[in-house]
Amino acid sequence: MLGFLLKRAALALAVAVTVSIISFLLLRASGDIAVAVAGEGATEADIEAIRIQFGFDRPLIVQYFEWAGNALTGDLGQSVYFRVPVVELIGERMPVTMGLGALALVFAVALSIPLGVAAALRPNSIIDRLSLWIAVLGQAMPSFWFALLLMLVMGVWWRWLPISGAGGFDHYIMPAIALGYYATPAIMRLTRAGMIEVLESDYIRTAHAKGLGTGKVLFKHALRNAVIPVVSLAAVQFGFMLSGSIVIESIFALPGVGHLAWISLQRSDFTVVQGIVLMLSVIYILMALVADLFNAWLDPRIRVA
Amino acid sequence: MTDTQAAPAASPTAPAKAPAKAPGTAPAKAPAKAPAGPWARMRRRSLRHGGVMFGAIVLLGFIAMAFLAPLLAPHDPLSQSLSTRLIDPFWGAKPHPDHLLGTDQLGRDYLSRMIYGARISLTIGLVAMVISGVIGTAMGVAAGYFGGRIDHFVTFVVTTRLSMPVILVALAVVAVAGSSLTVVVLVLGFLLWDRFAVVMRSATRQVRDHEYVAAAQALGMPVSRIVMSEILPNVLGALIVVATLEMAHAILLEAALSFLGLGVQPPTPSWGLMVSEGRKAMFFKPWLIAIPGAALFVLVLAINLLGDGLRDVMAPEGRS
Repeated sequence: MLGFLLKRAALALAVAVTVSIISFLLLRASGDIAVAVAGEGATEADIEAIRIQFGFDRPLIVQYFEWAGNALTGDLGQSVYFRVPVVELIGERMPVTMGLGALALVFAVALSIPLGVAAALRPNSIIDRLSLWIAVLGQAMPSFWFALLLMLVMGVWWRWLPISGAGGFDHYIMPAIALGYYATPAIMRLTRAGMIEVLESDYIRTAHAKGLGTGKVLFKHALRNAVIPVVSLAAVQFGFMLSGSIVIESIFALPGVGHLAWISLQRSDFTVVQGIVLMLSVIYILMALVADLFNAWLDPRIRVA
Repeated sequence: MTDTQAAPAASPTAPAKAPAKAPGTAPAKAPAKAPAGPWARMRRRSLRHGGVMFGAIVLLGFIAMAFLAPLLAPHDPLSQSLSTRLIDPFWGAKPHPDHLLGTDQLGRDYLSRMIYGARISLTIGLVAMVISGVIGTAMGVAAGYFGGRIDHFVTFVVTTRLSMPVILVALAVVAVAGSSLTVVVLVLGFLLWDRFAVVMRSATRQVRDHEYVAAAQALGMPVSRIVMSEILPNVLGALIVVATLEMAHAILLEAALSFLGLGVQPPTPSWGLMVSEGRKAMFFKPWLIAIPGAALFVLVLAINLLGDGLRDVMAPEGRS
């Protein structure tokens, strides 16, 4: 287990370093940062002074190591637009995005696991077909369109929920549905496949044979095992949701990290964009690492492979 | 030249050689001689598969619409008219016979913009799919065929790619490079190869250990020829499935980028952009977002059903 843990952690670290190099280069490719920092109306001499002050005249590799060193200590530079440290900007908005992601995941799991189980219990039944159609239709719907339709129907026509901004819990419901819906097909398919496989196994037959009630067999023995791969999928889906939150947050004007990314892109505030790319990637890498370790802990076969 | 030398040794076991025979078998005779070759069998099964048929017909419909846009569109998709702004579509309160699907805020004919919009979505979907397909297949086949260090390296690159938020990276690169159709296509093409690489890697690993590959190796065939004539034809099924799904993915992403204002730029009639433009008036004129969104939905649904259906149709062959 320790060997697997070290190997997997080393891979995660290598990926994180590569991602950091890519996001570093992204900012450099966006144009002359000295000009951006100097702002409008700066003279040639001002820009030159800033270039030397911030060290933009040194070799790229030196600059990378300095930037990466700062990033490790929690310094991702300053926003050109807000004139505030990037970490502060992201930190303020992270709870909104995390809350949205968590709620979306809860919605996705609450919808897909019961449907997946029901579909597995009676393959080819009406409920199996219905859940398949939910998955197929969901995958084909553009997320921004789905969000706008929700807004139109639940917000304007029925007046159930507020259509934009961040206030109470009710402001998160529609965005969470819009975001979570996209994770349901994958989770549902995996639950169904896992459940079908488990239900055919010997120990389920044994459980039935020794006279256990159907409910107990299903939930205590079958679902528990079928759900193991779903846990790691859910972790990975959470990472995808953070990326998808850019579209959803900007539609619902929810002031999270995705919304910050969108407005920063429009203002060419690439220091902030760079920070967000790095932050979201690192969160995803950590989620994937935790998911893998969790799986390995549950299933010893993975550790050896 | 090498063709004639290698073919006899490889063909008996390689289903790859079958396509040549396939067109010859008439569908009518099919039940009499069932094992007519995998491609004929596949075609017969496809014709009976609802998803494949629906997907193929709808996709062909959209492709025809894109090709025939200048003939089909009743108006110039870009011509504005202040006197005919926001006309309702034919089911609305005040329709106009000249504009079946109404007009937008600038008085442009919505039907014509929809028809021309098919060109944008299909072009981006196809070109991005081809670029990412070439990159991903090269990586996946190399990883699957050679294994070892190359496999580790490819896995590492794919893991890195997966850990980066696609939409944000695409938006950022477009923002840096300037938004145009070409930039969007290239960005998507260079971002969406991950599934190709993953699927091609595992498909190649399965094929690699077959006897006909060993036979080709024993004959001293160069690797490039083994890959082209033994590996690729046998992973083609999986490749087609991924290609359809990735095309749908690219179309959805382009729409999202254009919707967010960092994709295709106005006045180009992109469906995603049309949803974004119609959004300001959506509470009073919901059809402004309903029509282009529905077109995206139907197109992506058709492509996905085709891809999923092809997987069903080809599955039994994959297992053998």
